[in-house]
Amino acid sequence: MAGAKEIRTKIRSVQNTQKITRAMEMVAASKMRKAQDRMHAARPYAAKMRSVVAHVSAASLEYRHPFLIEREVKRVGYIVVSSDRGLCGGLNNNLFRMLIADIGQWHDNEIGVDFCTIGNKALMFFNRFGANIVSQATHLGDAPSIESLIGTVKVMLDAYSDGNIDRLFLVYNDFVNSMTQSPAVEQLLPREPSVDEEVKHHWDYIYEPDSKEVLDQLLTRYIEALVYQGVVENAASEQAARMVAMKAASDNAGELIDELQLAYNKARQAAITQELSEIVSGAAAV
Amino acid sequence: MAMTIHVDIVSAETEIFSGTANMVFAPAQMGEVGIAPRHAPFITRLKAGQVRVQNEGKEEQVFYVSGGVLEVQPHVVTVLSDTALRADDIDEAAALEAKKRAEDAIVNRQSEFEYAKAKAELAEAVAQLQALNKIRKALR
Repeated sequence: MAGAKEIRTKIRSVQNTQKITRAMEMVAASKMRKAQDRMHAARPYAAKMRSVVAHVSAASLEYRHPFLIEREVKRVGYIVVSSDRGLCGGLNNNLFRMLIADIGQWHDNEIGVDFCTIGNKALMFFNRFGANIVSQATHLGDAPSIESLIGTVKVMLDAYSDGNIDRLFLVYNDFVNSMTQSPAVEQLLPREPSVDEEVKHHWDYIYEPDSKEVLDQLLTRYIEALVYQGVVENAASEQAARMVAMKAASDNAGELIDELQLAYNKARQAAITQELSEIVSGAAAV
Repeated sequence: MAMTIHVDIVSAETEIFSGTANMVFAPAQMGEVGIAPRHAPFITRLKAGQVRVQNEGKEEQVFYVSGGVLEVQPHVVTVLSDTALRADDIDEAAALEAKKRAEDAIVNRQSEFEYAKAKAELAEAVAQLQALNKIRKALR
């Protein structure tokens, strides 16, 4: 029975792999549900932030905050949100590919780019190519807290305030549904007014203590909220992508096992036939 | 019917309260403020303290905030509450730490971002993935 034993060992090894991928699939599915809940929980704050900041930009302000003013671009910053771990299909690669295409336009005009990476994959990727990483955060875990992002984001905001960068973008995977995640680039600074905002009449807030301090805090929180939203969306995307990737891996392992099983059965049958014919011919000789 | 005002209290990680009220009290930076319906547009920083929401039955609901921003429009009050403890020096320390982490993580940095190399390597990875897909389809 030559070969049969090897095939059996191979089947067993593939079965073990399949067990692992199936377990990972189920873990990812349950984590995805939790990540989705967190994503939905974070939405009201981001939505309220957006509407308050929309009000602020619509009001005729006595003080124009630098975060709202467009200026000439000499250097740009990117906050890149990625996953910490691999085995999630093309999720990170797709994101980086789109990002590289986006950076191309700055590269062609010889405009420098600074990076702020969130997640291990982005850090490793940009580190390998010698990108200028000014701040980073990794290992945020399954339940990222906004606290762990404050410092990382502040570095970029300070760079903007000091004039080191003139535009700031956020790059992350947008969670569309569990089968679809699309990489997204969003301009954070200066804030782009949305289309439906138009000044109907001139009014302004009463500020306490004064407009500069209030706006400083408000706009910092605004950017943090958007980045946090990106991080939780990306976390949900990661789990969804992993679930799909692991499902595909389990299916492939199943197919492989079927094929190997067929080969094993054939080898076994061939061995039996051979043995029988040997016995028959032996008996005939006697 | 008495005039009411819509109140939303949200924090970055969850929605805390949404409903109507007769009056809202909040710990503004320069002293507690009471907001009645049709208040003029108003925006202020909050310090740590209690936000009290008085509903039509004069009952009060109390929420704790550790800081944040209060925005008032004539019929809507929005409390954007902080979840984390915030102070300028704490933020500064966190920023420094994030910078330091980045510097520690960077090994053998080249002078300029090798754009062409990154693009080529990604193109290769994508080509590999496409080839794999093709092989997989062909096998089926």
